[in-house]
Formats: sequence, C-alpha cells, structure tokens
Amino acid sequence: MKPLDPRLVRTAQAVRVHLVVTVLSGVAITVLVLAQAWLLAHVIAGATRGMGLDELSWAITAVAGVAIARGVLAYGAETAALRSAARAKSQLRRRLLAHVTGTRAAEEEGLPESPGRGAVWLSGQTGSDQGTGTPRAGELVTLATRGLDALDDYFARYLPQLVLAVLVPISVLVVVTRADWISGIIIAVTLPLIPIFMALVGRHTQARTQRQWRLLNRLGGHFLDVVEGLPTLAVFRRAKAQAAIIRRITDEHRRTTMSTLRIAFLSAFVLELLATLAVALVAVEIGIRLMYGILDYETALLVLILAPEAYLPLREVGARFHASMEGVAVAEQVFRVLDERAEEARARPGERGEDPTTPVPIGAHRAPRIRLDGVGLVYPDREAPALRDAALLVEPGRSLLLTGPSGSGKSSILSLLLRFTEPTSGRILVQEIPEPAAGGTTEAGGEGPPEGPTGADGWVPLSAIPPDEWRRRIAWVPQHPYLFDDSVAGNIRLGDPEASLEAVRRAAARAEADAFIRALPESYDTRIGERGTRLSAGQRQRIALARAFLRDAPIVLLDEPTAHLDPENAAAIRTAAARLVRGRTGIIVAHDTGWADLADEVVRVEAGRTTTEVPS
Amino acid sequence: MVATRALGISRGVARYLERLVTHDAAFRTLADVRVRVYERLARTEPVRKFRSGDLVSRLVSDTDATQDLLIRGLTPPLAALLTGGAAVAFCTLLFLPGGLVLGAGLLLAGLAVPFAAAVLGRGPGRRQAAVRGELATSLVDTLYGAPDLVAYGAMDRAVRRVEQADDELTRVAQRDATLLGFGAGATTLITGVTVWAALLLGVAAVEGGALGAISLAVLVLTTLAAFEIVAPLPAVAARLGSLRASGERLFDVLDTPPMTAPPTEPGPLEPDGTGLRVRSLRVRYGPDEPRALDGVDIDVAPSRTVAVLGPSGAGKSTLASVLLRFRDPESGTVELGGTHIAAYPADEARRFITGVPQDPHIFTSTLRENLRLAAPSCSDEDLWEALRRARLDHEVAAMPAGLDTEVGAHGMRLSGGMRQRLALARALLAAPRILVLDEPTAHLDPDTRDEVITDLLAAAEGYSTLLITHDLTGLEQVDEIHVLSEGRILQRGTHADLLAQDGWYRDAAVRGSWDSGA
Repeated sequence: MKPLDPRLVRTAQAVRVHLVVTVLSGVAITVLVLAQAWLLAHVIAGATRGMGLDELSWAITAVAGVAIARGVLAYGAETAALRSAARAKSQLRRRLLAHVTGTRAAEEEGLPESPGRGAVWLSGQTGSDQGTGTPRAGELVTLATRGLDALDDYFARYLPQLVLAVLVPISVLVVVTRADWISGIIIAVTLPLIPIFMALVGRHTQARTQRQWRLLNRLGGHFLDVVEGLPTLAVFRRAKAQAAIIRRITDEHRRTTMSTLRIAFLSAFVLELLATLAVALVAVEIGIRLMYGILDYETALLVLILAPEAYLPLREVGARFHASMEGVAVAEQVFRVLDERAEEARARPGERGEDPTTPVPIGAHRAPRIRLDGVGLVYPDREAPALRDAALLVEPGRSLLLTGPSGSGKSSILSLLLRFTEPTSGRILVQEIPEPAAGGTTEAGGEGPPEGPTGADGWVPLSAIPPDEWRRRIAWVPQHPYLFDDSVAGNIRLGDPEASLEAVRRAAARAEADAFIRALPESYDTRIGERGTRLSAGQRQRIALARAFLRDAPIVLLDEPTAHLDPENAAAIRTAAARLVRGRTGIIVAHDTGWADLADEVVRVEAGRTTTEVPS
Repeated sequence: MVATRALGISRGVARYLERLVTHDAAFRTLADVRVRVYERLARTEPVRKFRSGDLVSRLVSDTDATQDLLIRGLTPPLAALLTGGAAVAFCTLLFLPGGLVLGAGLLLAGLAVPFAAAVLGRGPGRRQAAVRGELATSLVDTLYGAPDLVAYGAMDRAVRRVEQADDELTRVAQRDATLLGFGAGATTLITGVTVWAALLLGVAAVEGGALGAISLAVLVLTTLAAFEIVAPLPAVAARLGSLRASGERLFDVLDTPPMTAPPTEPGPLEPDGTGLRVRSLRVRYGPDEPRALDGVDIDVAPSRTVAVLGPSGAGKSTLASVLLRFRDPESGTVELGGTHIAAYPADEARRFITGVPQDPHIFTSTLRENLRLAAPSCSDEDLWEALRRARLDHEVAAMPAGLDTEVGAHGMRLSGGMRQRLALARALLAAPRILVLDEPTAHLDPDTRDEVITDLLAAAEGYSTLLITHDLTGLEQVDEIHVLSEGRILQRGTHADLLAQDGWYRDAAVRGSWDSGA
C-alpha cells in the first residue's frame, strides 16, 4: 500500500498545494528543532562553565523566540492542513458527483468530461421494477459525506508527519555527525532498524489484522441485521435468546482480537524499546567519553538533546499508520467508482448517439411518430436480454397500452424511450409530423424500413437527437416517483422551475391532488421531508401526475400508475391519468388489461418480445 | 545512565500492559453496550420510531463508537496524569521553582488547552453538522432521484444544489480551521515557553549557586521530555465531544419508554379452545393525536379466516401491533380463549398469536437458519413440510444447496414472492393458534399477488387467521371481511354479502376491478 496515492495528487489540485505547504512547514520545523537543541545545549553548557544570565540572555531570549515561532508554525500548519483537507474533499466530492451524474462540474475543473451524461449512473437500474435509486446510491452518499472525512486525519495528521519523518532524522543525523561522528555512526546504524522492523512486523501482522477488521465489520453487519429484524425475532419469541447470542459472539470476537492485538502491541513495545535502547547507547557512549574528557560538554548536550528527536517522528508515523490506511482506502474507493463507471460506459453502445456531430433539432411541442425496429436490449450485468426483437409503432396523439407479466420488458421499453439506455441491437426511429396529426390513423403496414439516418420519408434515429432535447418532449410518471426534500410546489415544479403558483395549482387540480395538498399544514409550501415520507403512496403518485401536467409535454409515459394502491387512490389516479393522456401520445405500462378502455391500442410484451398486437 | 535506560524500558512495558488492558476492557464494554441497546430495542414497538434503516445503522455505529471511549478517551489523560505527576515531583525535588513551572505548563497544556480546544470546537461541530445535513439531503435527493431528475431535465439544478451545499460546507470548514488549529499551536507554544522558563530560572539559580550544573541539564531535559505525553490530549478532548453525541443518541434509545406495560400476570397463559375476541379496542399514539383505532370489535373463531380491509392510514397496522404485543391498547381487550392477553408477558401471548409482520425480515443467513428461527428444535422434515405448505418446496429443492442456500442480505437473492412464502413457512413452523398476516402482498407485483394470497390462505387452513390487507385480492376466499376506515369498522360480512349491499366495499370492488384482477 502506497502512503500517497498518485491519483490523489493528480485529481485534486488542493492536494498539490497541501504537499508544498507541508514540505515547507516541515523544513521550517526541522530548522527550529535543530535551533532549539543548539540553543539549549549552548545555554546549559555556558551556565556550567560559569556564564551568568547577562552573557546568556541573548540565547535564552532566542529560546523564547524559537518557542513562539514553533507555536505559530504549528498553528499555521494545522490550520493550513485542515483548510486543504476541506478543499481536497470538496474537489473529490464534486468530481465524484460530476462523474456519477455526468454533469458539468468536471468541465469547470478542466478535466475531461465523464462519458454518459447521467446514463452511466442510471444504467444499473433501468428496466427493473425498483423505480428509485440503486443499492449503490446509499453507498455513494456515505462515501461522499462521512467517507471522505477520513481524509481529514490523513491530510492534517499523517502527511505532515510523513514529511517530518523524512526531514528530521536526516537533518539530525547530519548535524550530529558534524558535531560528533561517533554518535552519528551509532544513530546512522540504529535509525534504519526502526523502519525495517516496522516493515517486518507489518508484514507479519497485516494479514491477521485485516482479517480481524473484516471480522469486526461482519460483526457490525450481524448486529445491524439482528436489530433490523427485531420485530420478526420478537414475533417468534427469539428476541431474548438473541441477546445471549450477541453477547457470546462479541465475547468470542474479543478473545480472537485480543490475541492479534497482543502481537501488534508487543511489536509496538519492541519498537519503542529499540528507540530507547538506541538513545541509551548514544547516552552511554557520550557519558564515557565525557568522563575521560575526550568530548566537550556542549557537544555532548547537543547530541543528547537531538538523538531522541531523530527517532520520534519515525515512531509517530508508525502510530498514525492507521489514519493513513483509512485515508488511502477512502481515496481508493473514490477512484474505483470513477474508473469502474467509466468502463461500464465504454462497454455500452454510444450514449451520445451514433452521429453526435449532427444533432437533429426538433420541435419541442409536437409529438413525432415513434417506431421501434427489431430492438434488443441486454443490460451489462445480466445475461438474459431484457428485450429481443421488439417492434412498435406509436402514432402521435394516440395511446398505447403495454401489458404483460412482470419482468417481460415493458419497463425497458420506457427506459429506451426516456434514453436512460440505448438498444444493443435494432433501432428506434422518430418521424416529425409537420401538421398536427389529423385523425392519426395507423399506416404501419404500408411502409418499408427507412433507409439511412435521415431517410427520405423523414425517419430519424432517436440516437441522433440530443437526449436532453428529446426528454423535453416527455412527461414520465414512474412506478415509484421520487419526491425531493422540498415544498410540495417545488416538487411539482420539477420540470418547470419558473412556473407560477397558479399553474402549479392548476396542474395539481387536474392530477386530483389539489384537495389533499390544501389540507396539508402549509398547503403548497409544506415541506415534504426526506424522500416524501409524509405522504402516502397514492398521494405521491398524484404529485408525480401533477408534475407531468405542469410539464405539458406531447408524449406521456406512465409506468404501472396504480400498482400497490388501494382502490380509492387507484380510482383517483385513473381519472387523472385519463385526463393526462387525452390529446397526447400516451404509452401506459400496466400488467393487466383493465386500462385497455383508455388506450387506442394494446400491445402485449412477453419475454422481451412484442408478441401480439391487438387493435382495440 | 542506567536510570535512563531503566526508565525507557519500564515505560515501554507499562505502555504495552496499558494497551492490552484497555483494549480488553473496551471490547468487554462494547459487548455490554450492544446487549443493552439490543435488549432495550427489543422492548420497543418497532414500527414507529426506529423504522428508518438509516437510523438503525447510525444507532449501530454509535454503539461501536463507544469502544473508542476507553481506548482513546480515557487512557491518554490517565497516563498523562501519572507520568506528568511523576515528572513534576522529580523536578520539584531537584529545584522547586523548576518543578512549579513544569507543573503549571503541564496543567495548561494538558488541561486548559484541551478544554479550550473542545469548547472552541463545539461551535464548528454544530455549524458543520447543520451544513452536512443539507449536503447529505441534497446528495440523497440527487442520487436516489436521478431517474426523475434526468427525465425532467432537472439534473443540472440538483447538482447545483449539491454544489452550493458543498461550497457552504467547505467555507465553514475552512473558517473553522482557524479555530481548530488552536490546540496544536497552543500546546507547542506552552511547551517552548515552559522550557524557556525552566532554562531562565535554572540558569539564574546556577549563577546564584542554588542549583548544580548537572541538575540544570537534567531539569531542562526532563521538562522537554515531559510534554511528549500531553501532546495527544487536545485530539482526545475533541474526540470525546463527538463521542458524547453518539452517547446521547444511545441514551435517547435507552430512555424511550416501552410501548407495553410490564405484565401483571406472571404465569403461563393457558387459553381454552375458543378463538380470538377483540372488544372496544382503542389506541392512540399520543395524548393530542386522534385515535388510530376507535372501538374495534373483531372475532376470529377457531379455524376461521377473517380479513381486515382498509385504505392506508385506517389503523390496520396498529391492530397488528396490538395483536403481536408490540403496543398496549389505550382501552378495550384482546381476549384469547377467554383471557386478556395484555396482562401477560409479551412472549407468552406470542406463543399463541404469531404471524408474518409487515416487511418480514429475512436474515443474512441460510434458508434453514431463517426457518429454524421459529422453531429451533425442529427436524428437516418439519422444515420441508412447512415449505410444502407455503408452496416453496419445489423451488428450494431445485436450488443446488437446498436448505443451506444463502439468501443474502435482507433475503435479496430471493424474489419478493419467495420472501413472503419463506416468512409464511416460518410462521407455520411456530405452530401458533392465531396467525396474523399483515399486508402479505404489499410489495409484490400485481400478477404474483393473486397466486401468493391463494397459497397463503391455503397454507393457513386449519389456523385461525387474521388477514390484514389494503386490496381486495383473494377476499372471496375468506370467511368474513371487516372494512376498517379511520379506526372504525364500517362494514362486515362475506365477499358476497358485501358485494350485494351498497357501501365502501362494493365501490372499492367496482373501482378496483382493473387492479385486483377480480
């Protein structure tokens, strides 16, 4: 494990600044340590020779000066380190966020833009029945907040000490050798023993310690599992028995941990002993020569004061090794996320479109004709394709019901239309309709497959349209809409932040949501709370519908709008959904055919194929 | 010289022993705290206060944090006190003013500075906690809400919000760095100044003849070395501050009053053969809150299946909570075989009334361990029989590891339907008299819902079963239906009865027909 990850230095500019500041203050501290030792030796030796306060006052004053300078320097170094840590964390956090969401922050810092613009992040979960978030989302939130805090100690405590551990011993060695080469040799011989010994011990105990940490983590996980499952345990009268099990496991863990720790501590003890013995060796050797009068008192004092200083920083670094491990581990986690997601994106077909150089402008308020042509979709982490050879034709202003058992690929079709993912085979084409589609009758049979990206008949591959522009024409009501920690009005304004309160109310009323919103303590200004926990599933669904109404987009995608709802809520949502689909292109995903009377056409999706087409 | 060496070695030995003892003690304490927190949680109604997974995990990490208290919170001050005291005594014997100066310096650096640093750090801690909260919330919103944000073109705005929070946090942290650097600076300064004062006094004393030259050297060198031990104290004080926050959260849990009163009847519950009788049950969550249940009467005769149907918020979960003895009613009785169960210990009642709670927890273990939870002594044949009744036997038999299949965290390697069936098989193994099924199909897809409910009801045959549900799936198979709304029973009867009369049920059945597949 490297003490400093080079990627960390490359990625966060604050780290580079921090390194420079740390080295500079390390040099200054070293100079001050040497100066203090020399001054102390000079004063004590002078006093021994019978010099008085008058003659030594300059040196004593200088000791005070060194003390103040060291205090100021220590304060400055610590402050600077904490400031750099805050900046470095911020830079890493933004890099992480920019990468995961595929947004602009990366460009601002002069870094290459992450591929995928959001889709990288989304690719893990589209098409599944879980509407919001991925298991990784929680992990990433923790990493970007509490996880990065491990870098505080790394930057403020470990790195400066690492610099000192290089600078101080070497300069002490140089100064001591110049003053007294015999002591110099002793220090030069014993000093390397400490890092060598540390490495030896480290190699011996690392595996055991790591296993121990893993065990500790597992134990924490077990405890979490048990606490979360308490109601279940209680129901089966196992709650009390489990307390004994927790005690037993923790005790076992303590015993094994202690045996490992015994070795770790023993090695720390030997290390300390080594340093003490080395210093004592110097002291004895100096004492003997002092007794025979070979060495002058001032030099002897200088060496005596300086010798421990050579070993101290090395031991300190050892003591802070744990902080470094945590810091390096966090940095590694960050870079793993950055690398892995980039790879994932590379492994997938071009998200930005087959022909990103010629983006096709589109009219935002008119629905095009949409056509799926032998579309197949395989998610990167799954073997079985989600869609195989799916074919559809959606006429503007008409509504289409996609039915079929769960997992058949219905939601994947919505994902594709939302541009969350791109087909792995086949293509999706759109055809602009110049005039408002009068009648909008199906003419599927008569048309041959279009030629080229912009065929003569106006068919354009969907991938040639910039995703953001395309999505502007879509209003999506997901199965599990995500509500943000914001006011109700703010949540409805998701697609149109400038909308007036009047417009928000109108949208809510059409979504059958106005009544319950008005009954909330602060009406439209009520804060919804984290993840909308204040509201019932039906209410959340209606707020999502209000979003769609406010967006007023020509294409509406509804994903299982009434699944998991009680009949009363389901009825209200059905009314609102019918209102929303009227006059728009609607694609409704529902597992049963109850929605058929709302749709102009019903398509059954089974095992990734659009098997039967039933004109209603 | 010999003394120097002896001192050095004995210091090493002392530190070795100290670490060994404190770590052992810390782990013992940790075991204690874990068990105590756990026991306390076991007596609290689970569904209200500690429901959020985040809260639970924070609680668990708080528990782990307490082990720090001993290792890093208590020993350094103790060690500093002992070693520092010895150094001061030694110097005082040598030269009184020198000892006093050292004592004053150590007190300042070891006590005043850490205390001041901790006080100074409290402000930044509070300020940063608030900003951190905003950062975490905006991050959660951005990452969990990513699909909605991207679909509505609002991702850039969400990222900007995170960046604003990040800016604010970085600004606060940078400003607070000027406060937090105080400890390191002050300790170094006091060390230097004390050495300087010892030197000044010592030189004056040597000049005046009150102190030998060798003693001067010893005094100054001891003073210099003595400060090494107080250096870690500011960091300790800061850590104690954050530990206190963890501790407060833990105590908050430990101090929450339980939702059930201590039993008044100690003895074993011995009900006669009659079924469950709920009479005038009233429950409310707080003195000012409306009643969640307001006079509910329900009878479940032996071997009958009764459903309680209602929209969300009707009080269904509260009913399950009372029946499974997670909470006491405000008034009214729950009688099992003629005895009011609230008077008996919770586990007594659960011998007879058990079931599948809402969101049954599947433990990170094997299928076998998850099943045996309900009946630790049963044989594999019993397990297979339970699986068969829950219609899970074929799927388990098809797994390569069979009963030893690992189900993953929260049973995520199983499908939603399999998790419900597993939970049911587990409840059947407990062989209760009354089976409470709380929203068994809540998290299932509509098309697996029909199948699961049919299987559940078939498996529950022979038991007195109370099915709590929000949709009408499978209700034609139960003996009696109670429609619950706002804490009161609106209607009761069979599926056919209720369809024949005007009211909530028929409305729901008509409106819900496209959703329930009925």
